[in-house]
Amino acid sequence: MGVGSFFTSKLDAAIGWARKYSIFQYPFVTACCGMEYMATACSHYDIDRFGAGLPRFSPRQADVLFVVGTISHKMAPVLKRVYDQMTEPKWVVAFGVCTCTGGFYTNYATVQGIDTIIPVDVYIPGCPPRPESVIDGLMKLQDKIAAQAQRY
Amino acid sequence: MDGAAILERLSGRFGAAVVETHAHRGDHTAVVARDALRAVLAWCRDEPALAFDMLMDLTAVDDLKFPGREDGPRFEVVYHLYSVAHNHRLRVKARVDEDDAVVPTATGLWPIADWFEREVWDMFGVRFAGHPDLRRLLMYEEFVGHPLRKDYPIERRQPLIGPQA
Repeated sequence: MGVGSFFTSKLDAAIGWARKYSIFQYPFVTACCGMEYMATACSHYDIDRFGAGLPRFSPRQADVLFVVGTISHKMAPVLKRVYDQMTEPKWVVAFGVCTCTGGFYTNYATVQGIDTIIPVDVYIPGCPPRPESVIDGLMKLQDKIAAQAQRY
Repeated sequence: MDGAAILERLSGRFGAAVVETHAHRGDHTAVVARDALRAVLAWCRDEPALAFDMLMDLTAVDDLKFPGREDGPRFEVVYHLYSVAHNHRLRVKARVDEDDAVVPTATGLWPIADWFEREVWDMFGVRFAGHPDLRRLLMYEEFVGHPLRKDYPIERRQPLIGPQA
């Protein structure tokens, strides 16, 4: 094992550790799940404990795209553009069953899961999901961020 | 003026062009021939005793599978009129076939008809002759079909539209 590879793997771990506790989310809130998102973000459940307390309302300053609520076909291009505007590294959380699969909106207007438009890292089902589920999803995302190979 | 008297005046004025009238729990309806629709609506608005100065709603009904109407004209275009001055209401309907789904526009009478008619075109595919700008209102340009028609498949998936669309 060379010196270089040892050094690289440790730097990966350090950067992963730093990144997982400095999540700047972009809340793409379109529907009723937004209330549960707000409940999670506020002091009762307090996602600031996970270093995710500061939403950025510009995609260019955000790491994690929280897609919260039903996405219609007319909204789909907007969501895609917001995703494209985010800088690497970036992650996507599908919050609520509508974003995961379309939910009970099996109709002409609704996108049947946002993974038909953009890649998704964590799915949080529920209608709406309890704050505990959201925190569970957030922690799974943190594990993923910490474990993944970093690109500089 | 009460609804029965309105229907009576309407029938007296337009005769056979008023195909059918009925009243249900205080709601009075006149079904009129399409050729007379524009004249009926204009008269309802301008006749001082009626003075229907407000178009509350304009929508359509697809009778494709409606019991008893399967063989008749497929669509009904429905106008809900209200008079602020007299505080009375009237519902006017016109029936059109699927292969000739056109009615004259009401945009010249009530400007709000503009978006109502665009919505009916969008959802039911009924055209409005003389409308200044008959584009889809709610769905996007690439959408195929008219989703509130009874034969629109609920499972149909539309192509996704891209950011440049």
